[in-house]
Amino acid sequence: MAEITLIEGIRQAMDEELAHDDRVFIVGEDVGPRGGVFRATLGLHEKYGGSRVIDSPLAELSIVGVGIGAALYGMRPICEIQFADFILPAFNQIVNEAAKMCYRSNGEWTVPMVIRAPYGGGIGGGLYHSQSVEAFFAHVPGLKVVIPSNPYDAKGLLKSAVRDPNPVMYFEPKKGYRLIKGEVPDGEEILVPIGQAKVTRPGSDLTVFAYGMMHQYAIQAAEAAAADGVEAEVVDLRTLLPLDKATLLASVRKTGKALIVHEDTRTGGFGAEIAAILAEEAFTDLDAPVRRLTGPDVPAVPFSHPLQDWFMPNPEKIAAAIRELAAY
Amino acid sequence: MATKVIMPQLGESVVEGTITKWLKAEGEPVSEFDPLLEINTDKVDTEVPSPAGGTLLKVYVPEGQTVRAGTLLAMVGKPGESLPVEAPAPAEAPARAVESKPAATVEPKSAGKPARETGFISPVVARIAAEHDVDLTKITGTGQGGRVTRKDVLAFVEKRAPAAVAPWDTPSLGELFRPSEEVFGPQGTTAAKEAPSEAPATPGTILPLSVVRKAIADHMVRSRHTSPHVTTVMEADLSRVVAHRLANKDAFARDGVNLTFTTYFVSACVAALKAVPLANASWTDEGIHLHRQVNIGVAVSMGEQGLIVPVIKDSDQKSLLALARALNDLSGRARGHQLKPDEVQGGTFTITNHGVSGSLFATPIINQPQCAILGVGAIQKRVVVVEAPSPAGGAADVIAIRPMVYLTLTFDHRILDGAIADAFLGKVVSTLQAWA
Amino acid sequence: MANRDRVLDPVKESAKSKPGSRRGEATPVGKDQLLEMYQVMLLARRLDERAWVLHRQGKIAFHISGIGQEAAQVGAAFALRRGTDWFAPYYRDLALMLSLGLTPREFVLGLMGKQGEPSSGARQMPSHWSLKRAKVVSQSSPVATQAPHASGIALGIKMRGDDAVVLTTIGEGSTSQGEWYEAVNWAAVHKLPVIFMVENNVYAISVRQDLQMAVLHSSDKAAGLGLPGDSVDGLDVLEVYRAVEAAAARARAGEGPTVIEARVSRMTPHSSDDDDRSYRPREEVEAMKAHDPLVLFRDRLIKEKTLTAESDREFETRAKEQVDEAVAFAVAAPYPPVADGAYPVYVEDVRRG
Repeated sequence: MAEITLIEGIRQAMDEELAHDDRVFIVGEDVGPRGGVFRATLGLHEKYGGSRVIDSPLAELSIVGVGIGAALYGMRPICEIQFADFILPAFNQIVNEAAKMCYRSNGEWTVPMVIRAPYGGGIGGGLYHSQSVEAFFAHVPGLKVVIPSNPYDAKGLLKSAVRDPNPVMYFEPKKGYRLIKGEVPDGEEILVPIGQAKVTRPGSDLTVFAYGMMHQYAIQAAEAAAADGVEAEVVDLRTLLPLDKATLLASVRKTGKALIVHEDTRTGGFGAEIAAILAEEAFTDLDAPVRRLTGPDVPAVPFSHPLQDWFMPNPEKIAAAIRELAAY
Repeated sequence: MATKVIMPQLGESVVEGTITKWLKAEGEPVSEFDPLLEINTDKVDTEVPSPAGGTLLKVYVPEGQTVRAGTLLAMVGKPGESLPVEAPAPAEAPARAVESKPAATVEPKSAGKPARETGFISPVVARIAAEHDVDLTKITGTGQGGRVTRKDVLAFVEKRAPAAVAPWDTPSLGELFRPSEEVFGPQGTTAAKEAPSEAPATPGTILPLSVVRKAIADHMVRSRHTSPHVTTVMEADLSRVVAHRLANKDAFARDGVNLTFTTYFVSACVAALKAVPLANASWTDEGIHLHRQVNIGVAVSMGEQGLIVPVIKDSDQKSLLALARALNDLSGRARGHQLKPDEVQGGTFTITNHGVSGSLFATPIINQPQCAILGVGAIQKRVVVVEAPSPAGGAADVIAIRPMVYLTLTFDHRILDGAIADAFLGKVVSTLQAWA
Repeated sequence: MANRDRVLDPVKESAKSKPGSRRGEATPVGKDQLLEMYQVMLLARRLDERAWVLHRQGKIAFHISGIGQEAAQVGAAFALRRGTDWFAPYYRDLALMLSLGLTPREFVLGLMGKQGEPSSGARQMPSHWSLKRAKVVSQSSPVATQAPHASGIALGIKMRGDDAVVLTTIGEGSTSQGEWYEAVNWAAVHKLPVIFMVENNVYAISVRQDLQMAVLHSSDKAAGLGLPGDSVDGLDVLEVYRAVEAAAARARAGEGPTVIEARVSRMTPHSSDDDDRSYRPREEVEAMKAHDPLVLFRDRLIKEKTLTAESDREFETRAKEQVDEAVAFAVAAPYPPVADGAYPVYVEDVRRG
C-alpha cells in the first residue's frame, strides 16, 4: 500500500492499460517525451514508444476526431485535451459524432474512447485555464461523464473508462493533482465501476453532494461542522452520467436536506439536475429547500487572486452553507 | 396543574375495563393513593388509587361504562383549576368518540390555520405527520423560526412509538399508572384514536405488525390497486436443464457456487426480456418506460418474517456462473438480514420460485413498478406424450417421463397484451427446453 | 465576382486535357468488370430518379441526389479492395454505396424510414450511410465530420500494420471546414493510408466555388499541407479509377495520403427541398445533361463493342425491375416499433439477437 497523488493514480492507470491491451494508445498535445504539461503521461512515451503515445498536432478537434476514427477501427484511444477550456473546438466531434455513433448506427458502430481533460479553478489560471465544463457534456445522452476526487478512484475509474465500450469524458480536478494524496494498493487490479456514487462520510443532518476538488473541500467542511455538532453526510458523485440516482435518493431520504456543491457556474450547472431529481422524486422526503453552493454566474474564473478567491467555493464557504442548512 | 386519572391496563391481553363504582364524587377532596374508584376487567377487579392529592374536579366516565385502557376517566387538582379543553372519550364507542371531537377541535382542523404554532411545514414533515397521525401543533419546533423539523417530528413519533407497536407489553412493572400514561402519551385520550372498526369481532389475539409485514401488506394492496393483473400459464420440459445442471454443478461447486435451478430461470428470463423488451418496462403517466438495464429480482422467503426480493443488477451482462454466484450471495444474505438497501432496489422484473414449497402453479402479485412477475412451480416428473423416431420410419407418439414445470406470467395488462405476454413466456419456455 | 470566371466548370474542364491527365491510357479493367461498373451506375441513376418521383408523389419526405456524380463514385469504389478497404462517404454517394453492396431494397427502406434499414435502423435521414459489413462507417449531417474519422481509421490501420486503405469523400464546399484541413494535415504528418476524394460539383447548395476557395481546384489545397493533390475528370469513370488506384498504391506502400478532386456535375437541385432555378441558369444544367457521365460511359462501351444495344436494353429492364421490386418491398415493410426510439444510447443497450 503506497500513498500516491491523484495524478500518479491517473498515470498508473494509463501505464497499466497500455500494458494490458495493445489496442490502447494515448494521443494529445505534448503527451510524448515531455510527458504532458501536467506530467500525467510521464515516462509512457519512453516505455511504449511514439506509435502508442502520440504527440498530436495542436488541434483539439482532430485529437478527438482522429480518436473516434481509430475507435471505429477497434482501437482504444485515450485522448488528452490539455485544459478542459480548450475542449470546445472538439465539441462537435464529441456531441455529434462520438455520443451519437451507437444510436445512429443502431449499435453497429461504437466508440470505445476516453477523453481526459484537466478542469477547475483555484490555480491562478484565469478565464481559460480554470473552467469547469462537465455540465455541457452531462447533458448529452451517449456519453459517460466521470470525475474522480481521490487517487484510488482516479486510477480505478480511468481503468474502467478505458475498458468501457462507450465514449467516456474523464475530467480531472487539476488543483488536486498533487494536493490530494491517498492510499492505493500496489500490484492489485483496481477497477472502480462507472455509474456509482459513494457515501464518503455518513451523517444524519443533511447531505452534501459534490465531486472532484469540491468533494475534498466538502469533506473538510463536514469535519469542521461536526465540531459544532452538525453531522453532514457527504456523497461523492464520481459519475455524473449515467447518474447514480439510487444512492442520491437514499441519502436524501435519510437526511431530508441537500446541499449541492460545484465550482462550475450556477445557472444550468449540474447541481440544477440534482435539484430537479430531488424535487421530482424525493419531494415528500425534503425537510428544507435544496440548496446549491456554486461558482457565480460570471463568464469564467478571473485571474487576480482576490477575484479568484471570490469566485471559488472553499471549505469555509461550504461549512457555512452546511451550518445554515442544518439550522433550517 | 391537574392530574389525569386513566383506565389502567391490568394484564396482558386486557384491553378494557368497566367502572363499577366511583368512590368519590366531583368536588370531594382526595389524597394521593386514596381509593378513587372500583373497576372490573376480564381478569381483575380492583380499586384504583388516586394518582395525586387534591379535589376530584371532574368525572368523565360514569359508572357502568366500559372503556379502553388509557382512557381519561377523571381529573384531580386544585379547586377552580382549568381543565384541558378536549373532551375525554367515552371509549365504549371510540369511533363515535372521534366524531364527537370536532366540537372541541374545529379550530385547529380548519385549513387556514395549520401554521399557527408549527411554522412552515416541510414536505417530509407533512408526510410523516400524516403517516403517524401526528398533530404538529403539539410539537415544539427547533428549526428556523420555531419550525417543526423532520428531526422534531421523528423524535415525537419515536417517543410514543411503543404504543403503536405493542401497547400491552409493559403492564407488569408494578406501576399501574406510569406505564399506561407513557404508553398512551400525554393526552391520555389516544385510546380513542385507535380505530375500533379493525378490532376483530371474534375473540382472539392480535399479532403486532412487524415493519416487514406492514410493508408487504401495503405493497400487495397497492399493487392490486395499481395494475390490472392477468396470468398466463405454460409448462416447460426441463430435461435439458436437468442434464446441464447435472453435468455442471460439480464444476460450479469447485468454484464455490451452488448451481440452482433458479439460475436457469433467471437466465431464461434474461433471454425473454431481450426478445420482448416491453416486459422490461414500467407504466408511467408520460408513457411506458422501457428500462435500459435488466435487473431481475428473485423473491426469497425469510420464513415467518416475510419475504424480500434482492435484485441481480445487470442480469443480462452476467454469465450463468456469475448469475449463480449472485443468487447464492443475495439469497444467503437475504436470509441473514444482511442485504444493503440498494440490493433490493432497482428491479425491473421479478421471479418467485414458489415451487420450492410444493406449489404447482400460482398467480403472484406484481412487484411494483414492474410490468410482470414469473411464477415457477415445483419441478415434477410427469408422463407426457412426445414424438420419437418410429422404427417404421417417421415419427410416432410415445409416452415418456419428463421433468416438467408449470410457469406462470402475471403481467400488467396496461403494458402487455396477452399475445405479447405469451410471446415472452414462450421464449422462457423455448430457452429452457433448448438449453445447451 | 471577378473570381467567377475562374470557377471550374466540370463540363468544359472535362473536354480539356490537363497536364498529367490519364485520358487515352489503356483501359485498366476487363470487360466483365466494365459492364458491372456500368450496371451499378445505371442502377444508381434509376434508383435516384425514382426517389425524386417518390418525393413528388408525396411518398417520401426527403431525397438528396447523386445524379451526375455516379462515374466518380463507381470509379473510386472499383479501384479499391471492397471488403478490405474502409469508407467514410458523404450523402451523395448512392452509386458508391451500391458498388459496395448496398441493395436497392435497403436504400428505399432508408428513404421511407422503414424497419430493417441498415444504416441506422431508420433513426437517421435518408442517405446518411453506414454499412458495417462493407466497412462503411456511419456519417452525420454536419459536413466534414467524417474526414477526421477517416484519418483515425487510417491511424488504426497503420498501428496494426494492416493492409487496408481508407477512402473518404466530400463535397468541395465542405473542404472549407477546419475539420477537413485538420484531418488532411494529420494524415499528411503521419503518412496515413487515406484518400481524400473531393467530388467537386461547383455548388455548395447554392454557393458557387469562388465563394468557397481562392484556388481553382480543391486538390490544390494539398500543396499547403504537404501531400499530393490531383484533379481528374469525374465524368470519366476510368480516369477516376486510375487516380484512386494510384493513390491506393501509394497509401499501401506507406507513402501517405492523397487528395483527389473529381470534377463532377450536380445535375439536380441540392435536395428535394431545393429549387436551383433561383441561383443557376438552365443552360448550365442543359450543358451538363449533354455530358451525362452515364451516357458518356455507355457510348464508350458501345463504341468499344464491350456493350451492345441489346444488352443495354436488358440492363435497363433489369434495373427498372430492381427499382420496382425495391419500392414495392419498402412500401410493404413495417415502420420500426416505437420502442426502438429509446435504444441504443449506450453499447450496453444494444440488443443481441
